[in-house]
Amino acid sequence: MRKSVFLGTVAAATLFAGLASAGTLDDVKARGQLLCGSNTGLTGFGSPDASGNWTGLDVDVCRAVAAAVFGDSTKVKFVPLTGETRFTALQSGEVDVLVRNSTWTYSRDTDLKLDFVAVNYYDGQGFMVKKDLGVSSAKELDGATVCIQSGTTTELNLADFFKTNKISYTPVNVADDAEALRQFEAGACDAYTTDASGLAASRAGLSSPQDYVILPEIISKEPLGPAVRHGDSAWGDVIRWSYFTMLIAEEKGITKANVDEIVKAATDDTNYDPEVRRLLGVDGDMGKLMGVDAKFAYNIIKQVGNYGESFEANVGTNTPIGLARGLNALWTQGGLQYAPPLR
Amino acid sequence: MSFADPAPKAGFRLSQLIYDTRYRSYTIQVVVLLLLVAVLVWLVNNTVANLAVRGKDINFDFLWGRAGYDIGQTLIPYTNDSTHGRALVIGLLNTLLVAVLASFFATILGVIVGVLRLSNNWLVARLMTVYVEVFRNIPLLLWIILVFVILGETRPGPKDFKVTQEMLDAGQQPAASMWFWDSVAVTNRGTNIPRPLLEHGIGSFDILGLPINLSVIATILVLFGSIWVNRILLRKASAMQEATGIRPTTWWKSLLIIVVPTLALLLAMGLHFEYPELKGFNFQGGLLVFHSLTALLVALTLYSATYIAEAVRSGIQAISRGQSEAAHALGLRPGRTMSLVIMPQALRVIIPPLISQYLNITKNTTLGMAISYMDLKGTLGGITLNQTGRELECMLLMMLIYLALSLLISALMNIYNNAVRLKER
Repeated sequence: MRKSVFLGTVAAATLFAGLASAGTLDDVKARGQLLCGSNTGLTGFGSPDASGNWTGLDVDVCRAVAAAVFGDSTKVKFVPLTGETRFTALQSGEVDVLVRNSTWTYSRDTDLKLDFVAVNYYDGQGFMVKKDLGVSSAKELDGATVCIQSGTTTELNLADFFKTNKISYTPVNVADDAEALRQFEAGACDAYTTDASGLAASRAGLSSPQDYVILPEIISKEPLGPAVRHGDSAWGDVIRWSYFTMLIAEEKGITKANVDEIVKAATDDTNYDPEVRRLLGVDGDMGKLMGVDAKFAYNIIKQVGNYGESFEANVGTNTPIGLARGLNALWTQGGLQYAPPLR
Repeated sequence: MSFADPAPKAGFRLSQLIYDTRYRSYTIQVVVLLLLVAVLVWLVNNTVANLAVRGKDINFDFLWGRAGYDIGQTLIPYTNDSTHGRALVIGLLNTLLVAVLASFFATILGVIVGVLRLSNNWLVARLMTVYVEVFRNIPLLLWIILVFVILGETRPGPKDFKVTQEMLDAGQQPAASMWFWDSVAVTNRGTNIPRPLLEHGIGSFDILGLPINLSVIATILVLFGSIWVNRILLRKASAMQEATGIRPTTWWKSLLIIVVPTLALLLAMGLHFEYPELKGFNFQGGLLVFHSLTALLVALTLYSATYIAEAVRSGIQAISRGQSEAAHALGLRPGRTMSLVIMPQALRVIIPPLISQYLNITKNTTLGMAISYMDLKGTLGGITLNQTGRELECMLLMMLIYLALSLLISALMNIYNNAVRLKER
C-alpha cells in the first residue's frame, strides 16, 4: 500500500509539473504580470534608462501584449537575458515571451522547439570598424580579429562569410554583447559584427561615434521577432495579433493621438471603414476569439502606439540610432511589414 | 539461584524494528535509503516528463554534427567544418592546458613563498604574508578580470608596431617595439611568440582524429632517457661518496647528459623558429597566445600559489624543531637542512592539501568564461549548447568530464602520496 501511495505521489507530481506549462495566457492572467525576456541593454531595441524604465522597439511589443491582456501596458516585468541564456529561459518558463532581437531560423523553429510568431524587424548582419583602420569593405578584412557575441546566428554567418570569400580571421567569442563592445572599443579586435541595427545602436552608445564606420556589406538575413514555446498556439496568437494590431493601426493611420477621435467617429458612423470598426471593438468582439478584452486593440494603440510611431520613437532617423525604415516600411510603402486582414 | 530470567524466546515482532536497538539502526538506514531513491526517481521522472511535454528528447547525436563556428585558440587543427565533438575536444584541451600550466607554476611559486614566509629575514617574511593575505582574500574572478583588462587596455595595438619608410627617413621610432631581439610582441590582443618548426620531422599520425606528433614524442622519450641515465650517474656518485667519503664532481656531466642528446635530436630534425611579423591587421606567423589564456594563467597561478604556500608552511611547521636543530648540529647548511631533512618529512603533510589545490585549479578554469577563454565551458557549455539547444545533454556531458578529470587527478596524486608517505610496518 505504501508503495502505491509513493508511486501515486510521483505520478501526481509529474502530472502537475507537466500541467503548469499548459495555458500560458491563463498563467499570465493569473499572475497579473507578463514576463518578457529582453536584451540586457541594446539601445533602441530593449534597454532600461537611468530610472529603470524600459524602452525600445522590442520592449513596445511586450507592452502591446500587456495592453492586450491586461488593458495596462505597464504590467510587464522585463527579464534581461544574454544571448546564451535566452532560449533556455524561454523553454524553462522563466519568461512568457522572448522579444530580444532573436533571429528566426529553421533549427530554432524545429529543433529548439520555439515558435517565432512574427517579424518585428527585418535585419541583416554587418560589420563595424574603426575609421582609422582604412577599410571600406568587409572583404578587405583578411587576417583581422573579429569580436562576436557567442551563441548567436552571427557567429555562424561570420564563419560562412569568411569561408565563401576565402579570407581568414581570428574570432574572439564573447558571451556578453556589452563585453564584446568593450573589447572592440579597447582595440582587442579590428572589427565588431552583429545585426546592422545592433551596430547602429551600439555605435550611438560609443564615446565618439564619428570614429567608427559601419561597412556596407550585409552578409545575412536576420528576421528578428518575438518567440514563444512550441505547442501553445493560443498564446502565440495573442503575441502575433498584438503585434499585427500595431501594423494595421499604422496602415489605417490610427495613432496614439487620434485613436479616441477615430473610435468616436467609427461609433457614430456605421459606414466607417469596417476593418477599423472591427479592430477597435466598435463592431463585434474580436478580442473574445483569442481570450482577451474587446478593446484590446484600442488599448494597444492608446498606450503603446502604432508600429510607425514605435519605430520613429526608438530607432528612427530622429533618434541617435538613426535607422531608415527600409525593409521595415509597410508593404504599402515598399517594405516587408504586412499584417493579414483582421476578420 | 539464578542471576536472571532466561531471555523470552518470543518470535520476532514488527514493533522491534522501532523499539529494539538491535534493529532500529537498520530500520533508519533502510528508510533513508528509500527516501533517497524516491527523490532520485522523482527528479529523473520529472525531467523526462517535462522534456516529453516540450517534445524534446535526450540525444547526443549533435556531437557528430557540423559545428559551424570558429574558435580562436586551438591546440589541434579545427575549422568551422569540424564536428561539435571536436569542438568539445578543443575545449577540453584548452582546459587541460591552463590547468596543467597553472598547477605547475603555482606549485613552484607556492613552495618558494611558503618557505620564504618562514624566513628569518623580517622584510621577506612580511612581504610574503602580505602577498598571501591579499591574493587569498579577494575572489579569483576579480583577479582574472583585472589581469585581462590591464593586458588589454595598457598594451599598444598591432599597428603601433608598424615601421614605415617615411618614419625611418624622419628618424622616428614606432610607438611600440618587439622584445627579445624582435621575437616577442605583446599587443593588446595577445602575445606573439616564435613557433618552433622542424625541417624534417619524423611525421605524425592520427588516433581518433587527434594528431599525434612523433617528433614531439621522440623528443620527450629522449629527454626522459637522459634523465634516467643521469639518475644512474648520481646513484654511482652517491655510492662512491659512501665508499670513499669524497663525492665526485657531477654537475657538468649531468648537464651534458641531459642537454646534448635532446639538442642533437632537435638539430638533426632541423629545428628552426618562425618569428611573428606584422602583416596587415595583425602579427602573422609565430604563435599567438591570447590574453584570455595569459590572464587566466597568471591569475590562477598567483591565487592558487597562496593556498599552496600555506600548505607548505603548515607542512614545514609540523616538523619538530629538534629536526632542524639536529641537522644544524651535524653541520648542515640551512639550504641542505631544508632539502635533505625538513622537506622530505614535510611532504607527507603537504601532499594531501596539494591534491585538493590541483582539483580546485582544474575546476576554477571554468571562470575563464568571464574573459572569453574557450575552455570546455566555452565550447561545449557555451557555444555548442547554444547553437544546438541541447542544454541537458551538454551540461550532463560537461559534469561527467569534469568529474572524470577530478577523479583522475585525485587517483594520480594518491599514488604519489602513497609513494612518499611514511611506511609503517
